[in-house]
Amino acid sequence: MAVETASPVAVAALPKARRESQLALMWRRFRQHQLAVVSLWIVAIFYAVAFLAEFLAPTDPSAYSARYTYAPPQGLHFFAQDENGGWSFQPHVNGYKSEVDPAAMRRTFVVDPEVVIPVRFFAPSEPYRLAGFIPMSVKLMGVENPRDPFYILGADRLGRDLLSRLIHGTRISLSIGLAGVTLSLFFGIIIGGFAGYYGGWFDSAVMRTVEFIRSMPTIPLWLGLAAALPKDWSALQTYFAITIILSLIGWTELARVVRGRFLSLRTEDFVTAAQLDGASDWRIITRHMVPSFTSHIIAAATLAIPGMILAETALSFLGLGLQPPIVSWGTLLQEAQNIRTLATAPWLLTPGICVVVVILALNFFGDGLRDAADPHGR
Amino acid sequence: MLRFITGRLIAMVLTLWAVSFVAFAIIQLPPGDYLTTYVATLSANGDRVDPAMIEALRRQYGFGQPYLVQYWKWITGILTRGDFGQSFEWKAPVTTLIWGRLGNSVLVEGLAVLVMWLIALPIGVYVAVRKYSLGDYLATIGGFIGLAIPNFLLALLLMYLSFVWFGTTIGGLFSPEFENARWSLPRVMDFLSRAWAPVLVLATAGTAELIRILRANLLDELKKPYVVTARAKGLPEWKVILKYPVRVALNPLVSTIGWLLPALVSSSVIVSVVLNLPTAGPLLLRSLTSQDMYLAGAIIMLLGVLTVIGTLVSDLLLAWIDPRIRYGSK
Repeated sequence: MAVETASPVAVAALPKARRESQLALMWRRFRQHQLAVVSLWIVAIFYAVAFLAEFLAPTDPSAYSARYTYAPPQGLHFFAQDENGGWSFQPHVNGYKSEVDPAAMRRTFVVDPEVVIPVRFFAPSEPYRLAGFIPMSVKLMGVENPRDPFYILGADRLGRDLLSRLIHGTRISLSIGLAGVTLSLFFGIIIGGFAGYYGGWFDSAVMRTVEFIRSMPTIPLWLGLAAALPKDWSALQTYFAITIILSLIGWTELARVVRGRFLSLRTEDFVTAAQLDGASDWRIITRHMVPSFTSHIIAAATLAIPGMILAETALSFLGLGLQPPIVSWGTLLQEAQNIRTLATAPWLLTPGICVVVVILALNFFGDGLRDAADPHGR
Repeated sequence: MLRFITGRLIAMVLTLWAVSFVAFAIIQLPPGDYLTTYVATLSANGDRVDPAMIEALRRQYGFGQPYLVQYWKWITGILTRGDFGQSFEWKAPVTTLIWGRLGNSVLVEGLAVLVMWLIALPIGVYVAVRKYSLGDYLATIGGFIGLAIPNFLLALLLMYLSFVWFGTTIGGLFSPEFENARWSLPRVMDFLSRAWAPVLVLATAGTAELIRILRANLLDELKKPYVVTARAKGLPEWKVILKYPVRVALNPLVSTIGWLLPALVSSSVIVSVVLNLPTAGPLLLRSLTSQDMYLAGAIIMLLGVLTVIGTLVSDLLLAWIDPRIRYGSK
């Protein structure tokens, strides 16, 4: 059988046109989706906060102060009035005066606008290691006298700074989302890839399993698995165990996507051509099939991150996920679980705002990616 | 239709079997078995441990025997005697603890499904017919927010707002005086005056999703020639829309119950904990933290079973309204 192929010479002789890589094409399509671009920025900022946690957090997240339990948010002010009544640039926070609530017989704090505590940017601090390896001794913000209260977003039941805890919680919550998705992706690609490429009984077994897991309510399952973790495990061990538990159920969606792509590509001409050329299965998969659907997989993985973050938050909120010395959005929200606490300190709900913003941003970003990754889209 | 139903029933039995297997695996997960824990608590309390009773329990549940043997004893106990094992924390058979709570779960979740549909249907039709109107944008934005706010956060927020604005705390399903009363009109009113909060919270995410799907389906249908024909024949506009396209657009919507229900059961566990509802959720959490595994396993299994049955019902409903599925054509 004579097959006409373009000779290598002919290919080389083509005029050298400007070529754009697939990535550049995707980026161009992605940029048209404005909401997705904004979301990308939001997500990037959150991850930057997670990375720079030690630098951005004014205090140690576990440093407590019995003097300022449930101190309300001070807010950050940039202009202060001096003696002659003029305004000048002076970043500061206000101090507190305490009042005794006669009905509840309880000491409550009120922000006192009279007391001005100057705030310094790039304030020197105790030496620490940024992200565990970059030695630094300066923080974004700090007060001159470490004994002065500095609670921009308020304090919790032990007088710990909510802002610092929120920043450190961001690191844990966002990283558990990434780690969980990476692990799910690993399972999903292997299992879904095998199922899609070889088909047959393995494929139907995998698909039945996936359907089964997806038809089960996930939170009871997660709870059941998380409850079996030994109580004496270290923070790090629990962290990884929770990641594994989340991806035990999370892999199903990704496996389905990978399998679907494999199934549809398997019958494409270029795969048949590679098979006829005698390429090995491994080579066909890695050289020909995977590059043509990586973008889809990345989009699907991005869309899976919010689910992971929500699951971690829910588990930790119920007390069966990460345990208190670790700070995550879920453990922070656990503090706000009952109505009495909420009534005294509504600012403890702030982590919830972060959850909602990140989930929304990741969803829009993932949607934009998915649209951009689809060459047949629009 | 009969073939369809039998096929579904067989699939359901297999799924149920898998559910029971998973539930039993969770029972077995914590280190040590139930009996060891039981004996340990008894001796810790200074109670005398009766070797004969321990031996009887050991035989009944097959402790120390292979996993499959224990599973067999557990599942036959459930199927033949309705015996889910003992709750060692409550010192009572599991069955006496769970039925009332599960009933409440089904009630709240069922109402949530109903509310979901009642809200989503008119709004979905409206936003599809009035595409790109202000209402459409509002519904879209609201839908996204509804999807992004985790249910338990919404419950917390609602609790806080009702405390600040009305000075009341919401929570529970019944006032104390109706807690154990028989169902009567005052009790139903009392239930409704408290249940609206959890039902609304549970319905939000699902409603948002349903509106989105209904809008997309209906937009596809509205473009079709038969709609133009109906309009050309002079049918009133509401009839044109409700009579054909809405009916067709509803079909894929019914099938969404298959994945809406698991999500709903999931979130009802956590919402119940926040709002302190006497449903299966808080009991599950409590049994898991105290490692009362037979109770936990039974709840996980029954929640799974309820979900599977709910999905089956929705499948049958779908087959009933859509002949294409009933006859298995593509």
